[in-house]
Amino acid sequence: MAEAQPKKVTVSATDVAVEIIGMNKWYGDFHVLRDINLKVMRGERIVIAGPSGSGKSTMIRCINRLEEHQSGSILVDDIELTNDLKKIDEVRREVGMVFQHFNLFPHLTILENCTLAPIWVRKMPKKEAEDVAMHYLARVKIPEQAHKYPGQLSGGQQQRVAIARSLCMKPKIMLFDEPTSALDPEMVKEVLDTMVSLAEEGMTMLCVTHEMGFARQVAHRVIFMDQGQIVEQNSPAEFFDHPQHERTKLFLSQILH
Amino acid sequence: MANASPVFVRREMVAAQPAPPGATGATYWLRTKLFATPKDIVLTLLAIALIVYIVPGMIEWLFIHASWTGENRAACATIAQGGVLPDGQSGACWAFIGAKFQQFIFGRYPFDERWRPLLVMALFVILLIPMLLPKVPYKGWNALALFIILPIVAFFLLIGGSFGLPYVETPLWGGLMVTLILSFFGITVSLPFGIVLALGRRSELPVIKMLCVIFIEVIRGIPLITVLFMASVMLPLFLPDGWTFDKLLRALIGVSIFSSAYMAEVIRGGLQVIPKGQFEGADSLGLSYWQKMRLIILPQAIKLVIPGIVNTFIGLFKDTSLVSIIGMFDLLGIVTLNQSDANWSTPVTPVTGYVFAGFIFWLFCFGMSRYSAFMERHLDTAHQR
Repeated sequence: MAEAQPKKVTVSATDVAVEIIGMNKWYGDFHVLRDINLKVMRGERIVIAGPSGSGKSTMIRCINRLEEHQSGSILVDDIELTNDLKKIDEVRREVGMVFQHFNLFPHLTILENCTLAPIWVRKMPKKEAEDVAMHYLARVKIPEQAHKYPGQLSGGQQQRVAIARSLCMKPKIMLFDEPTSALDPEMVKEVLDTMVSLAEEGMTMLCVTHEMGFARQVAHRVIFMDQGQIVEQNSPAEFFDHPQHERTKLFLSQILH
Repeated sequence: MANASPVFVRREMVAAQPAPPGATGATYWLRTKLFATPKDIVLTLLAIALIVYIVPGMIEWLFIHASWTGENRAACATIAQGGVLPDGQSGACWAFIGAKFQQFIFGRYPFDERWRPLLVMALFVILLIPMLLPKVPYKGWNALALFIILPIVAFFLLIGGSFGLPYVETPLWGGLMVTLILSFFGITVSLPFGIVLALGRRSELPVIKMLCVIFIEVIRGIPLITVLFMASVMLPLFLPDGWTFDKLLRALIGVSIFSSAYMAEVIRGGLQVIPKGQFEGADSLGLSYWQKMRLIILPQAIKLVIPGIVNTFIGLFKDTSLVSIIGMFDLLGIVTLNQSDANWSTPVTPVTGYVFAGFIFWLFCFGMSRYSAFMERHLDTAHQR
């Protein structure tokens, strides 16, 4: 793992991208997210780590309302997430998401996967949407696959398409939900490289991942969650080298050997 | 492995080689598919024996001893039965089919007006063929013409009474024409209604969900024949004097709501198999509910349940023969009716009639079945490698 080169900081000091205040969520009687408070500035890159079942995926899925929260408030780009479907769609237009299992649409070609949302949601002309899609497919280095179907691509290629598909909506914020967990080991790097280059362009990113090398390299801040709450957050260097909380120390000792 | 040393480095990669003889080809196929084990050999021989036993007799009855021409029953009856055939010979009476063919197709539609159903049929074929071929463009316009404009044009053409065409009341309609009208209408209506009902049943809005569940469960729980019969006998008792409900219209509505309920469950089966990730993927891109359903979920769900959909279509096609219970003569009804024609009454006439009707039904159903198999292969993109 390459040692962190401190990136030039382009984090805004005043412009808030996501703000979560006193947020709680229950699944039935089970209290999965407890008193979450998090403020993400524009351009900031956050890695969220923690044991499975700690609520990290659920938390970022609340940010684009794939999950509903029961109390507290979430503001994305100054829009508060409520039951108002219009607001939800507005937020989803600005927030891209990359899933563990890619969730590409298997009945559409790669190009159609990428142009679908710009055409139908952004009302972009087809030709323009295709140009945008080819631009981003080139960025994730698979323009030659544009006319194939997802089932014909490797896992790493599919995940890069999923990233391109999100980027085609020109999102202001990107959410990554364990983007490399379902990949063969040989394909993890190509996806991480894509994410690193995205980070270098100043994208606001929230990333749930177990790739600690990636966290060290690109994150401004690492958040550690356990039992539905934020247990510790710090800069990557401090987080890895001087963990404070007992649970964090245990977690790091387990995954870093 | 002779080398006991654990160290091994391959110097050259092994190139692919052709399969040994006997592992492919016709003998391989025979050996593995027909004569693989003693049990297979016995089954194969039994099957051959069965074919040898049945097929020659069938060919003899259907073709060799069949009567192909004739003006009346004499052509198909033996001498003892008052006909011309030698005693003891039995064969299909195709002359009966030939003499009644027009009736089987058009029912009692007036002879001079039969160009009208023929024209409708021609228009239908002209619009259907490009619709079925995936490569032909303008599917949207094609669908509009086939599913909206054609039924309206067909209605005015067939019923007449305007544009200088003589009026032909629906009780005169019959035969294959009615079978095709009922099934085309049923198929055209049941797919969109079925989709709406299936989505409604999965809706998070309790009222919509409950309405859809009640509709589906009530309709599925009653035999079609009961509804048709009730509509025919009971409805006139409740309606004020002078109110009539056209029989054909009743049958059209009955058949359509029935197949919609069945279709809804077939589609719902497809919807349930779509992974949650597909819904989330669509949601995360900001697609609206209807966009998500129309562009992402339904195309995949419907593709998965094509066999079930076609199954429902085929069932519907054959169920149209139940309309004979309310005094309409579809293909099967008119064939049965003509069997009692004294002019053609012989022992082989009913069998010949049923063989003919069965063959026509089979032809259409088999066509639908093959087309669905073709579409399944055509749409199979997910697992292409």
